[in-house]
Amino acid sequence: MLRIPAQMKTKKYWKETLEAYLYLLPAFTILGLFSFYPVVKSVYMSFFDWSLLRDTQYFVGWENYEKIIGDPVFRRAIMNTARYVIGYVPISIALGLIVAVLLNSKIRFRGPLRVAFFLPWVTSSVAISMVWRWIYNQHYGLLNMMLAGLANAVNTVVEFVSFGHLSEVWQFSNPNWLMEPQWTIINLVIIAVWQSLGYNMVIFLAGLQNIPHELYEAAEVDGASPWQSFWKITLPLISPTTFFISIISIIGAFKLFTEVYVLYTGRPGPVNSGMTIVYYVYRNAFERYRMGYASAAAYILFAIIFVFTLVQMRASKRRIHYGS
Amino acid sequence: MLAEQQMWRYRFAKTFRRGLLYAVLIAGALVMMLPFVWMVTSSIKAPHEITLRTIQWLPAVPQWENYKVAWEAAPFDIYFKNSFIIALTVMGLDVVFSALAAYAFAKLNFFGKNFLFLLFLGTMMIPGEVMLIPNYITMVNFGWIDTYASLIVPWTVSVFSIFLLRQFFLSIPNELFEAAILDGCGKFAYLIKVMLPLSKPALVTVMLFKFIGSWNSFLWVLIMTNTPAMRTIPVGLTYFVSDVGAYYNYLMAASTFAMAPILILFLLLQKQFIQGIARTGLKG
Repeated sequence: MLRIPAQMKTKKYWKETLEAYLYLLPAFTILGLFSFYPVVKSVYMSFFDWSLLRDTQYFVGWENYEKIIGDPVFRRAIMNTARYVIGYVPISIALGLIVAVLLNSKIRFRGPLRVAFFLPWVTSSVAISMVWRWIYNQHYGLLNMMLAGLANAVNTVVEFVSFGHLSEVWQFSNPNWLMEPQWTIINLVIIAVWQSLGYNMVIFLAGLQNIPHELYEAAEVDGASPWQSFWKITLPLISPTTFFISIISIIGAFKLFTEVYVLYTGRPGPVNSGMTIVYYVYRNAFERYRMGYASAAAYILFAIIFVFTLVQMRASKRRIHYGS
Repeated sequence: MLAEQQMWRYRFAKTFRRGLLYAVLIAGALVMMLPFVWMVTSSIKAPHEITLRTIQWLPAVPQWENYKVAWEAAPFDIYFKNSFIIALTVMGLDVVFSALAAYAFAKLNFFGKNFLFLLFLGTMMIPGEVMLIPNYITMVNFGWIDTYASLIVPWTVSVFSIFLLRQFFLSIPNELFEAAILDGCGKFAYLIKVMLPLSKPALVTVMLFKFIGSWNSFLWVLIMTNTPAMRTIPVGLTYFVSDVGAYYNYLMAASTFAMAPILILFLLLQKQFIQGIARTGLKG
């Protein structure tokens, strides 16, 4: 066997290494300055009472973390996020899957329909939150006007079929969506479902393409209804996609900020009902200039997200293993 | 006779199911479109029509001048200019820097390759919010607050772009590369003349995502800018709310033109866009 002399190989190797580093230089410089360095720096900062308003910073150990964990506002942020996740992730996934399955059949206008469902995902969160602010308006908003119309229709029908015995069964109270704290998370869930449904649909459509068509044909020959095929074939085989979407939706949910900021014009909802972890970081860093404290909060966010990332990574490894 | 009857029943069931399918999908699509429709129709209503307590879908007379009023009520020309300059520059630099890095990772052998690649990938697992505060301090120290530099430079490299391009470069056969190098083609010339032309779909995807991401970015621009001269469309829009208050017709006109460039871009390139998402499972 012909062997390349070790000397030559290393010389060529080191030459190529030098060349590769030149290619990597711009990326490495930018990432170094704005990713690697800040990741380390913010750990360091999280152990300090760090203010931009003075020159010396004071080491405080774990105090920032202890204070954050003990802060009812931070707990509120965690609770809000949990409620938001529980509200939005299952609905958005279920609707995304239903639309994907329906669109996956041979139908006309598939392209335009797909675009219609997907459009909300592309648009800027700021502009779209502005539109929802208008929809949620108590007196002139579309939502209350539609609900009032619906309540009226329901009442008329109920009154008619009950021969006038039941009138005004649905007493519509014109809720003030943006001012009453009990609606805050629901408002955000509605926007999130509307915005992410199309994205989930696209991922599900890609997943559905991977299910062998013969399975459905065999099921049909065996007399299975489409309903049975869905439960026995589609749902089990699409489950890795479902899992993937749930994890990334949860991770995304923990980063909620813009929608709250815009919907409530720079406040975290009435009585902190829309407080999120990122909002908490933002408020402490850029409204109160407590940089160390905010860094610690950001690291807690990282820790939470990291757990979900690990779960996702382990699951996808297993998936690849079974697949091959 | 019986068979024929069954046939008819089967056909009826099938047509019925088909009809139901269309009805559900079209109703769903209409609900999804409703906020956009309401935005546009509200934007051309007269002030007294915006404060009606019953639904009026269309204005009696479309008030197109609302757009002019909204446009002139805030420096939207500056916001648009800033958004375009920033998004285009970020997109251009990102695709160049990422292609260079991706090429090294895909086709070259070098010391520390796996380590560096993992280091790069690792940053994708860290939420950007963790880097927000030290980056803010860096910007203060550089004196870059309220400048284009702060809005552009930190975003000119994304690991996601590098990763996506690397995957695409890997799919281009190595034999081609080795043959070209043996024929005396330089590595850089190979990248420019062979790799990039072959990678057009991946490059378009990367640029599209970067442009839209940059156009829609909010929190960073919010903390980096103090004056209207540097604001982008999304941040400008949030300040516009406090300027016009309850004049929702103007607000909806502004929201409409704020979204317009991205909606047009999406409608033109929706195939690449949707395929890109299906392939990568990207979450913005």
